This record gives sequence, structure tokens and C-alpha cells, in this order.
Amino acid sequence: MALLSFERKYRVRGGTLIGGDLFDFWVGPFYVGFFGVTTIFFAALGTALILWGASQGPTWNPWLISINPPDLKYGLGLAPMMEGGLWQIITICAVGSFVSWMLREVEICRKLGMGYHVPFAFGVAIFAYVTLVIFRPMLLGAWGHGFPYGIFSHLDWVSNVGYQFLHFHYNPAHMIAVSFFFTTTFALALHGSLILSSANPQKGETVKSPEYEDTFFRDVLGYSVGELGIHRLGLFLALSAGFWSAVCIIISGPFWTRGWPEWWTWWLNLPVWS
Amino acid sequence: MILETGRPAALVALAPLSLLLAGCEPGAKESSQLGPRGAGMEQVRKANLASNPETPPPSAYKLETREGQKAGEVYPDLKLLGNISVEEFGLLMANITEWVVPKDAPPEQAGCNYCHNPENMGSYEKYTKTVALNMLKMTKNINVNWTDHVKQTGVTCYTCHRGKAVPEFSWSSQPDGPQGTILRNRHGQNAPVQAVGFASLPNDPNAFFLGNSEIRVGATQVHPGSQPTGIKDAEVTYGLMMRMSGALGVNCTFCHNTHNFADWNSSRLQRQTAWYGIRMARQANEDYIQPLQTVFPKDMNRLGPMGDPMKVNCQTCHQGHSKPLGGISMLADNPALREIWSPKTTSVAAPDGAVQAPNGAAVATGSTSEAAVSLGQTFREAGMAPAG
Repeated sequence: MALLSFERKYRVRGGTLIGGDLFDFWVGPFYVGFFGVTTIFFAALGTALILWGASQGPTWNPWLISINPPDLKYGLGLAPMMEGGLWQIITICAVGSFVSWMLREVEICRKLGMGYHVPFAFGVAIFAYVTLVIFRPMLLGAWGHGFPYGIFSHLDWVSNVGYQFLHFHYNPAHMIAVSFFFTTTFALALHGSLILSSANPQKGETVKSPEYEDTFFRDVLGYSVGELGIHRLGLFLALSAGFWSAVCIIISGPFWTRGWPEWWTWWLNLPVWS
Repeated sequence: MILETGRPAALVALAPLSLLLAGCEPGAKESSQLGPRGAGMEQVRKANLASNPETPPPSAYKLETREGQKAGEVYPDLKLLGNISVEEFGLLMANITEWVVPKDAPPEQAGCNYCHNPENMGSYEKYTKTVALNMLKMTKNINVNWTDHVKQTGVTCYTCHRGKAVPEFSWSSQPDGPQGTILRNRHGQNAPVQAVGFASLPNDPNAFFLGNSEIRVGATQVHPGSQPTGIKDAEVTYGLMMRMSGALGVNCTFCHNTHNFADWNSSRLQRQTAWYGIRMARQANEDYIQPLQTVFPKDMNRLGPMGDPMKVNCQTCHQGHSKPLGGISMLADNPALREIWSPKTTSVAAPDGAVQAPNGAAVATGSTSEAAVSLGQTFREAGMAPAG
């Protein structure tokens, strides 16, 4: 991919967290950096281990390949390689590559003198994953509480863990998370359509200024959140969705063990009417 | 960063979090694995919330031998227990008294007098004796013909009664809500009752413990059309499952791998036990309890609001534990309870697939998913399903 002429001025030295100038270079369009190297290392190792695990398993059907966590009896210790140890190493690789990728984003932000919004946002996604496979298993006392790495198998895990609490839709944090997911898509649809309607006109029409966009929503709703505000709102909605997803699973087990419908008996038992 | 630019929003997000934590169960949790690793089939419960099952009371005394003069020779009108020795008969009567007769009964109803006229022990003038006779028949029938459910542990009067004349957990038909109006008519749902785990599901699932309806609501093919059951049936079944789950103190994964609830191949062996249990409860209700409707007095809270007697469901015996009384058998001291003297056996045939399927029949009825078959294999390899 050709380097655009104006891109060169953004390729500045420095801003690295680790490694100084050693990895401070680009390969084609990609910035490398120390964390680019560790990303490649962990991602390649983890993927290779998944493939090796699949080769030791019963199927090459991509839907059915599954790398399963250990039995609960191994607790928070190491499990034999073919009895969940592989899952443990792959988990380390996954966390290693995700965090490396985030820190590589940080280095790029530092080079450009930008805010850390993007790595922070990615960090929330990492937080949700780490909650599932590190924090919750640690709170429950066994790595076996993590989810399996397989397409169908992780869906089965989600289903079974949901039914461990009889009716997961009554999980209050799940309710909040789902609401944020829907609201995120709603906000993105409104924003995307609004921008296209003003900035991508038919041939012969002029591109409209942001005042048109603001006025549209003032006319519709009496209020426009504004050009910057819509991006703050979007980021807040999206990160909240991920954050409350993490909350909804971390409380299931470590902080609540009965059916989720029963949790709501606090409402029924409020002294006002009980 | 979001926390700098959106501080009020972040605070708004944190407020419900603190409320949420106020409703949680802190402390250590116990977990046990129910399926192959990674399947997410587990029981997780708070360590000190998992109350221990009640320990059954000891027998009045130990029986040295079952030999001796037959009770039938001494009490010629015995209908069920004539073939055991007088001593064993006496012991059983003493134990039944301990299990069933209220401790605070007035003298004329205390001890033996609860069922017997002390002047004429063979008389059926007290309704309680007729009831007790039927319940003895029921207990023997369960212990002899329903070992698919009660195994060799079996049941005694105490399994349900726990020292009370009427078992604490029973059910009877409930009157319907207001008819012919939509006002205040909840159509038997949307009322958070414990029976269905406080969910909005149809909340009187006890009808399943009568008759012979099937619970099957899983679709048998991809496309709709030929499926005889609908979403309303599924919700009623969900309510019943909540009822069973609460009665046993377990979650759905105790019996099911929820990737396919209906598939026996990937279900745990416990699901078969439960299948027999539902049929057992139905027979207890239909053949032994319902016929007592005319025997029970109307004025002593022995009948429900619709005039039918108090019947059993899973909770009646299990009382929150997957094994009633922690699986301790009381039959060793009361062996007559698993003998039918004048044989009158009843049995219900198992459904196709209920018995063979979980142990590895290749046909996964109703499952078109390759994953289902594959997971069934995992079960067999791991030895999880049969071992329970």
C-alpha cells in the first residue's frame, strides 16, 4: 500500500512505552513497536495452539472445534495440557495479545499527541473478556468456570450458565446491558443516517453544513446533542453495553447463586407494601 | 477520556451499580460440575445458604430379627401388614406414630389414638385410619414399583410428613381468576409466586401432577407448521420446570444440557429419574390421594378451596434437596414398607427413548444438529451422564 504524501509528516519518532527506538518503525502501513511484536507473538502462538488442539480433537468442523477449560477439580491450579492446560495457555495468549494491541494503540496515540479514547474503549472490551475468563473464575475458585473457545460450544456455555440462574433475563445488569446494546445500535443508526443525509447528497446538490444536522433534530425532538456530543453519547452507550455485560456475568455466581427472578423479591418485600 | 468529558454520565452509571451490590450475596460459594468441562453445567451456591437436609429421626428401636409370630395371627383383620412379626408390626406402628402424629395433639387424638379407637383398634371409625391405610398402600407401591425414581433409598411416611399430620408442602386445585373480563384477570400468570421461582410464568404448574399429559414443547423440526405445541405451552412447561427446580434446590443444568432441552442423549441421568418421578407423583395423586376426597372431613382444612384433597408434587418429598433427607434410607429399620403382601402391582411403561437414549442409542430423536450428537459423544466419553 502506497504511503500517501501527507502521511509522512505523521510518522514521527518517539512516544514508545517500552523499547525506545528499537521497534519504532513501520512495516508497510503498520506501525510495529514493542507491542506490535508481542501482539504478533501471542496471537500467532495462541492461534497455533488452537489449531494444534483441534488436531488432537474429534473434529475439524470449524463450528464444532472447541478448546475447553479444565474440570472444576483443578481449581485455580494448572491443569494437564490435554485436560484444560491448553485452554489456560491460550487464555494467557489471548490476554497478552489483546493488551499488547491496546498498548500499541496507546503508543500511536502518544506519537500523534491524541487522547487515549480508542485504547480506553478497547480496554473495556478486554475488561469484559477478562471478567469472563479471569476475574469470575478467580472469584468462584476454579478456571473451569471460564467459557470454552469454540463457536457452538461457547454458545452452549452461555445457554447453560444462563439457565444456572433459571431465567437470565431477570438479571438486572443483563437488562441494563441489553438496553445499552439496543440503544447503541439505535444511536448509531440515527447518527449514520443523519450524516449521510447531509454530507452525501445526490449529484448536483450541495453538501449541507452541521447546522442542518442540528436543525433536523431540533425540529424533530426540540434538541440536538451536537456534533461532539453525539460522539460522546455514542462512546458512552457502547462502553456501557460492554461494561454492564461484564457486571451481569460477574454477579452471576460470585454475588448471586439463586434464580435471577428471585433476586427481585427485594422489590416485593419493600416495607411500603409488603 | 470518557470519565473526563462525561463525568455526570459516569456518575449516573455508578449509582445503580452501588444499588445492585446492595442486593447481592457476599461470601464463599460452593460449585460442582455436572457436565463435561466447558459445558457450563454447574451448581453454584452460597456456602452457608445451602442448608443441610434434615436428618431422619432414629427408629424407635432396632429390630433384632424378622422372625416370630405373624401379626396376622394376632390381629386377623390386618389388610396390609399381616405377614410380618408382631414385634415388627409394633415397631412400625410406633415409628409411624412418630412420623405422622402431631406432638401437640389433645389426649384423645395423641399417639395411637390419632387413628385408632383404643377400645377397638381394628375399627375404621376414625377417617385417619382409612387415610393411613391408603397411604401405606401408596408407600409400598412406591418402594416396590417405582425404584426407577426412589432407587433403593425408598420412602417412608416421614419423607413427606416430617412429624406433621399434613405434609408441609402439598397442593390442591385453585379457583380461576375473574372470568369474562380482562380487568384483574392475570390468566394464571404475571404474579411472582415462589412456585415458579418468582418469574412471570404461568404459576400453577401442578396440573402436570395429574393426568398423563406430556411436557414435550421442543420443536421437532426447523420449520413451523406441524409443531403441535406453541409458546403458551412452552411457558407452562417453563413454569413446571421452575417448580421442580425450586423443589430440588437445583438449577436447570442439574438435568438438562440446555443446548437442547429435549434431547435425552445430552441430558443427565437425573432427567430420567425426574421423568419417573413425575409419573410416580401422578399415580400417587390419582390412585391414592384423590380417592380419599370423600373420606376427608370438610371442616378440618384437609381439603383445598375446590374441595379436592391436598396432593403431592416434587416439593412434598424433596423439600429443597435433590435427595430427600440427604438420601438417607429409613427402610432398613422398616423393611415391611417395601413389601407388598397381597400383591397388587401397577406400573407405567417407559416412553420410547427415555431409558435407552442417554446411554448411547445413536438416534438423537428430534435433534438435527450435528453438535448435539457430538456433545452426546462427549458425555459418553467423559462418563458424565451415566455416572451422574
